[in-house]
Amino acid sequence: MGILELENVSLVLNNQAILDGITLDIWEGHIHAVVGPNGAGKTTLAAVIMGLKGYEHFGGEIRFDGQSLRGMSVSDRAKAGITMGWQEPARFEGLTVRQFLNASSRNGKDSEIEEAMAQVGLRPEVYLSRAVDRTLSGGERKKVELASILVMKPRLLLLDEPDSGIDVASLENIFNALKQLKRNGATVLLITHSNAVLRQAEHAFLMCCGRQIMKGDIEKILPYFEGECIPCDHKNRPLVETEVPGL
Amino acid sequence: MKNAEILVQAAGIDDALQDSETAHLVLDVNKVVQSHLVPGLRIETSEEKGGIRAEIRVEDGANIVKRVHLCFGVTQPEAIQRIILNIQIGSEAGIDVLAHCVFPQAVDIEHIMDAEITVGEGSRYSYLESHVHSDDGGLKVLPKARITLGERSRFKTEFQLVRGRVGYMDIDYEAICGEESVLEMLSKISGREDDYIKIREVAFLQGKGARGYLTSRVAVRDRARAEVYNKLVATAAGARGHVDCKEIIKDQGVASAVPVVEVRHPQAHITHEAAIGSVDNKQLETLMSRGLDEDSASDLIIAGLLA
Ligand SMILES: Nc1ncnc2c1ncn2[C@@H]1O[C@H](COP(=O)(O)OP(=O)(O)O)[C@@H](O)[C@H]1O
Ligand SMILES: [Mg+2]
Repeated sequence: MGILELENVSLVLNNQAILDGITLDIWEGHIHAVVGPNGAGKTTLAAVIMGLKGYEHFGGEIRFDGQSLRGMSVSDRAKAGITMGWQEPARFEGLTVRQFLNASSRNGKDSEIEEAMAQVGLRPEVYLSRAVDRTLSGGERKKVELASILVMKPRLLLLDEPDSGIDVASLENIFNALKQLKRNGATVLLITHSNAVLRQAEHAFLMCCGRQIMKGDIEKILPYFEGECIPCDHKNRPLVETEVPGL
Repeated sequence: MKNAEILVQAAGIDDALQDSETAHLVLDVNKVVQSHLVPGLRIETSEEKGGIRAEIRVEDGANIVKRVHLCFGVTQPEAIQRIILNIQIGSEAGIDVLAHCVFPQAVDIEHIMDAEITVGEGSRYSYLESHVHSDDGGLKVLPKARITLGERSRFKTEFQLVRGRVGYMDIDYEAICGEESVLEMLSKISGREDDYIKIREVAFLQGKGARGYLTSRVAVRDRARAEVYNKLVATAAGARGHVDCKEIIKDQGVASAVPVVEVRHPQAHITHEAAIGSVDNKQLETLMSRGLDEDSASDLIIAGLLA
């Protein structure tokens, strides 16, 4: 049995099927990846699992540790051990990196906060007093997001496009953090466009048009990046990502 | 304990006032209860019917290095405090003022301040107004300032409520800014219960290259109300300015913002932004997804905004 099970999960927004019959078994302690073209429904899938506003009314069943997540608040899911890293993380005016990490941290220990920062390539003496606001670059903000996840010590992490806005040199930091999570026994669901990120995973799912097209080990999914899209009958017209509210 | 001690302690400046190089003036209602001066700074006070007049002068070329503490307080629960301030900073001079407005027992107190401030050529004036109120809200705070900035001068005010409830507050600041002067006004206030907050800040950028920045951060919870009027008028070449107002509402709180920008010179440029609404959902969900419940998440977001 997986730590997270999706059974025939569907989601309709504005009379459009955004997710359609997704059935997945996410094994505990493994790194999984969801790949697929823009608009496939990858981010939506994460939003449904996290229980974000506007994504609560799904069809089918989602179980974490055998318990249904239906009706559970974001906070309660987080307390059960689920968290999410956003593709474009939120900015907080006036909140320092120290305060943000402290709020995210399971035990608030300074040593763990600094260790997490080092793991994602942020020097504590430079960044602890910086604000998590517009003055951080996109890449810096993503690293802070990942550090906040490390100190939270999740059991299941949904990580949306971890490499977007990250330079090649910093990519290693991100992969290090993933390894650390795995060492801690966490389960990771990576959402990605990138070949390099997919290679960090042990299992992968290919999505298109809200449906799962294929699943298996990554060798099976990798050709997707080389050839074009694996054939499927594109039914919906995906919006461009900037049109999606709140994500 | 003497009234002076009570106020100084409530303001948390007992230590600072021990220092002989730190100038200060402590008023209890409309009476001077303690004062200390340093070279280059003159303060003259005179009591008048229902109030007190204070004239503060910084001599030409004098740079007052250590922050000057003004403590305007009321120890008793009921009173009307009326302060008429005339502040004149000479040319090429500088002073940083920390004003503590302390009303720890307020049940029915009115604090009226009428300030006229002139900052001379090339001078620097910064004024941090820090308030300690009671949790009662039985307080009316009515600060009014008319400010004139000379050439190349720098002026900065910051308003913060450190403790207690706002009560009723009506801030009214107006400034005329000379050539190459820089004006910054920043207010951060959080209202609860039936607090009422009104902020009116106006600056006329009249001198060539004058710059003005008006920033407000307000949070209103419960039934509190806030109105923010920010106005920048630019009439000279190279004048630059920005109005930035952010207000967060929770519960039945009501907030409004009226930013007015007026440009009367083709080489002047002013921008503004105003955002009013409940706590941003993505910020909220980010913190909730780390395990905070909704209330602590929104408290943290608001605390950041007002920090
Ligand atoms: N709140 C929403 N309202 C309407 N359509 C949405 C909403 N969220 C996502 N969608 C649509 O769902 C589809 C999948 O989007 P998304 O999950 O962001 O795709 P991906 O992350 O795979 O690029 C897109 O067509 C998108 O426009
Ligand atoms: Mg996406």
